Amino acid sequence: MTGALPALPVLLPALGAGMSLLRLPRPVMRGLSIGVLTAVVACGTALLVLADRHGPQALHVGGWPAPLGITLVADRLSSLLLTVSALVALAVLLFAVGQGTAEDRRSSAVVFHPAYLVLVTGVSLAYLTGDLFNLFVAFEVMLAASYVLITLDADENRTRAGMTYTIVSLTSSLLFLSLVALVYAATGTVTLAQLGPRLAELPDGLRSALALLLLSVLGIKAAIVPLHFWLPDSYPTAPAPITAVFAALLTKVGVYALLRTQTLLFPRTGVWMVLACAAVLTMIVGILGALAQDDLNRLLSFTLVSHIGFMLFGIALFDVQGLTGTILYVVHHIVVQAALFLVVGLTVRRTGTAALHRMATRPRPGPLAVTLFVVPALSLSGIPPLSGFVAKLALLRAGVAQGTPAAYVLAGTALLTSLLTLSAMTRVWMAAFMGRPPGRPEERPGEPSGTGRDRRGGTRLMLAAAAGMTTTGVAVAVCAGPLAGLGERAAEDLLHPREYRSAVLEGSQR
Amino acid sequence: MIDGTMALVVGGLFAIGFYLMLQRSLMRIVLGFILLGHGTNLLLLVAGGTPGRPPVPTGTTDASARTADPLPQAMALTAIVITFGLTAFLMALAYRSWRLSGHDEVHDDVEDRLIGTARERADAGPESGRDEAGPAPDRDDGGTAPGEAR
Repeated sequence: MTGALPALPVLLPALGAGMSLLRLPRPVMRGLSIGVLTAVVACGTALLVLADRHGPQALHVGGWPAPLGITLVADRLSSLLLTVSALVALAVLLFAVGQGTAEDRRSSAVVFHPAYLVLVTGVSLAYLTGDLFNLFVAFEVMLAASYVLITLDADENRTRAGMTYTIVSLTSSLLFLSLVALVYAATGTVTLAQLGPRLAELPDGLRSALALLLLSVLGIKAAIVPLHFWLPDSYPTAPAPITAVFAALLTKVGVYALLRTQTLLFPRTGVWMVLACAAVLTMIVGILGALAQDDLNRLLSFTLVSHIGFMLFGIALFDVQGLTGTILYVVHHIVVQAALFLVVGLTVRRTGTAALHRMATRPRPGPLAVTLFVVPALSLSGIPPLSGFVAKLALLRAGVAQGTPAAYVLAGTALLTSLLTLSAMTRVWMAAFMGRPPGRPEERPGEPSGTGRDRRGGTRLMLAAAAGMTTTGVAVAVCAGPLAGLGERAAEDLLHPREYRSAVLEGSQR
Repeated sequence: MIDGTMALVVGGLFAIGFYLMLQRSLMRIVLGFILLGHGTNLLLLVAGGTPGRPPVPTGTTDASARTADPLPQAMALTAIVITFGLTAFLMALAYRSWRLSGHDEVHDDVEDRLIGTARERADAGPESGRDEAGPAPDRDDGGTAPGEAR
């Protein structure tokens, strides 16, 4: 029974998406989506426990052994990220359901649920896949769903932003496909477990070219400066829950793919200068962009770009401590960024504008929303004892432990960026939450014309989902000890992938 | 041994595809994407090495003839399906954009322009300029920023 477990996080949402295409009544459709995502969280947790106790869990789909068939592998890293991502996807779905109830948009609900489940399918497949071509397929599944979600019910402005997003993503996908073709031509395999030793036999120049092409492809997907330009342009135009799930999951899947492929395919020792430079640039350019913004959603999108740099910091160090820091940072950032976007969605609903300079004249959000903003905002800036502090501390310690000049530059930039993040968050705080009495719920100028009946219940559900995310963020900090241990074991796995290789390839001897 | 013709065709498709994708017109971008997709699929096929017999076992096995590598063919098929579906989506999106805006061009981002001209507006008048031409990304108010980037 446990043998088929790695397939479930991919199969369940895919089947759920198919079912939700039938004309089901709305409550049934919502129940189905929520049920499916809960099951994915459960599967992810079970995989995490299994992988941590018994090593990587591999499934050869259809009984075909590794180099020939499709292999799904769940090791510590992938099952940890799978669990966290599914949890965030579930919370965002609840928020979206709440918003749907509050605003009563019937037209988009028919497409929203199938597209959302397909998105989760793609994310799960990207985490679990064991070969490069399926990674491409997973990205396509995920991105195709995201194209639909970002242009759902679109007006002119959103169509424009969606167009930019779609074209940039498609270009990067075609480059990825070219990379798969080139790698296959050079080595004769696309299975990640086999590629490491085979790539090592290639001439240096060819190997570096492939590594750089892979870096630029995943750089577009993960929004690494200077390939980040599409993100702050397109994400803020989507509705709050969609922006939240994109910000939490899509770029992180890119970072995961970078982490997985670079450690498995192009192992190296010492600091990786190209990525270190990209990390410094990403952190600085992202946060300076955030400080310049007036639109709340765009500001958060730029901080998202900036904090991708922290994850690159750990990968650039390329040792156990650095990778541990990256893993902790990814987990922290998935949760916190989703929480922030959800709370900002609530705030924008309440004040009726996303422009900071206009918020002063609008009613203030309630005390609960204020609390829900403060916790993730401080966490993002790395204030102890929240999860951001734990993750940043791990990264900084890794940087200092390595002690090379590049590592010190990275650590210094990380500190500066944290400070600037705090400044950006303070700006939001001053503009959106300070200096005026809280408005009564009746006077909401920007409230969309939803029918009044379910609005209150819907808003409660949205608040509950945002609160759930914030609590998860706090829980990440509370469980920092065990989580850091798990992250360290996962990082060990990444740097010494013998177990991973044997789990994938053992089927071929059978 | 890969023959030069294929390399030239793939290279040509990539060049034309990227050139078209750099244009402002949405239709050209869609055409560029299609050509780029064809180029990539051909590249996948070329990656399989030399052509050979179909990889289907039959009664009369000829040991001397080479069998073609089936894996890149399977990958190319998958990729063709994906690019086909996404092309359809892209065309629908271009059509929608044309229906909504009345022309077939990619616009600049409104917010980017606003931030770019923020200093000029601030110089013009500290209060009045800001409130009139200030960013209006209120989706719920139902509008894009007034009079910008049309």
